[in-house]
Amino acid sequence: MNHLLDERKKRLSKFHELIKKRPIETTPVDIPDGVFTQCEQCNSAIYNKDLENNYDVCPYCSYHFKINAVKRLKYTLDDNTFKPLFENITSKNPLGMPEYEEKLEKGMRMSKMNEAFLAGTGNIDGQRLAIGVLDSFFMMGSMGSVVGERITRLIEYAAKNDLPLVIFSASGGARMQEGILSLMQMAKTSGALNLLDQKGLVYISVMTNPTTGGVAASFASLGDINIAERSSLIGFAGARVIKQTIGQDLPLGFQTDVFQLQKGQVDLVVLRSHMKKTLSYLLKIHSKEVRS
Amino acid sequence: MTTMDKVWERIKLARSQDRPTATKLIKTMFPDFLELHGDRLYGDDAAIIGGVATFNDIPVTIIAEEKGTDTNDKLKHNFGMPHPEGYRKALRLMKQAEKFSRPIITIIDTPGAYPGLGAEERGQAGAIAQNLKDLMVLKTPIIVVVLGEGGSGGALAIGIGDQILMFENAIYSILSPEGFASILFKDATRAKEAAHLMKLTADDLKSFGVIDDIILEGKGLNTNPETGFNNLKKSMTKHLNKLMKTPLDTLLKNRYNKFKQMGEYEESVINNEQLTD
Repeated sequence: MNHLLDERKKRLSKFHELIKKRPIETTPVDIPDGVFTQCEQCNSAIYNKDLENNYDVCPYCSYHFKINAVKRLKYTLDDNTFKPLFENITSKNPLGMPEYEEKLEKGMRMSKMNEAFLAGTGNIDGQRLAIGVLDSFFMMGSMGSVVGERITRLIEYAAKNDLPLVIFSASGGARMQEGILSLMQMAKTSGALNLLDQKGLVYISVMTNPTTGGVAASFASLGDINIAERSSLIGFAGARVIKQTIGQDLPLGFQTDVFQLQKGQVDLVVLRSHMKKTLSYLLKIHSKEVRS
Repeated sequence: MTTMDKVWERIKLARSQDRPTATKLIKTMFPDFLELHGDRLYGDDAAIIGGVATFNDIPVTIIAEEKGTDTNDKLKHNFGMPHPEGYRKALRLMKQAEKFSRPIITIIDTPGAYPGLGAEERGQAGAIAQNLKDLMVLKTPIIVVVLGEGGSGGALAIGIGDQILMFENAIYSILSPEGFASILFKDATRAKEAAHLMKLTADDLKSFGVIDDIILEGKGLNTNPETGFNNLKKSMTKHLNKLMKTPLDTLLKNRYNKFKQMGEYEESVINNEQLTD
């Protein structure tokens, strides 16, 4: 037995030497930046055109990449139907928090938006709706005074104009830099949703990657229909905090879209490629014409 | 003493072992309190105490976060960190109060909602959210009292009301100063600096319009609770009389507007296209 193992060892080391000596016959090809993207889940190199043609979903493992608010609207609404609202409401630094202005500027550069929430109206298969999208590229989609105010006004706008409401969430939670004022946005946005109940208007909440903290614990969890997009982290407390608290590892798949479905917290998990179709159907089912 | 030191002193007082917890307040101010248990769905969360009592001969519902006193008691009450079933029990009892037109008094004292496995599995986020929404339209007066620590969403979930009172040395914040420091400075030991920046004292919150009145503690609730409790009783009597005389639709409109005005932002002149739709 030992003899065989020694023999194998010898042959292996010889093989390794041969490999080392072999000259590299390939010359590296220069790939310009922005042609391929590496999948965050399966590490495959994806041709960018393929990624875009596939709703920014990995064609190999179906991982849903994070997308910005503008792209979200492109994938969701009928072409050229979006009309923005409340862009004139912008942030200040109410607590005088150091470096907040810089972070806001960086968020604007990263997201090309003036705040983390894009609100407006648009059409899905010809059905008009009020729509809002949180953008995780703007300070992690965190909710401060402006995000809270824009969401509240969008809800009020939908109620006043008899429109159904869809909000896509992508947020780490409340915005720390505005302290207690951010916390109060949870109350304000959640409370406003009663206006839609009073008018019999549907609110569909779509939780995307990630939806956590104060956003999960307010308007994002309060849809008549709660949808989780595939590949989303959804939960209240951060996984690191929970791990510290309970002092043990978290189960596989904790706080994912499927976890939330199994625990009964969302109505359905939807692929991005099916999102528009699903929303369109739900809007139709809830439209006043169909109901009456 | 610098302002930073003063803020830190407050935090120490608010969290101190000798600060009276909700049970003590209830025993003193509502001697006929009868505790009612359970959320009718999963269990009974001792981090939130609920029940009925009379206040100036008026039946009221009381919802309170209880941290516990000694080690065993603290464990029993999970250090005042509620699970979803706690918030659902609170909502159940508050809807009961609505049915019988009983005013509600909530007492906030929590480091925050419990960040644990079971809490996530049973929908901590959804439970808090549901309370925020439903309390906004609950058809009965609600008085909120911040007693010690007002820890983030875990506090806010029973913190929607018509009159928000806060003890002089209580704190109310979006996150613990330690958590805030670890985010802002990547260093939890700089909590004292963070606390100063966070603006979490009763004075700060009053200036933001997040609370309505500060309840003075005299020599301090920790050593001499009688003064503070007496002041609270006076304030509650005054506000409850007023709120109970307010027509329901006005009460609810005021409650909505009260939270609607919270937040600070710039608003430039709106263009006409957005107004007409």
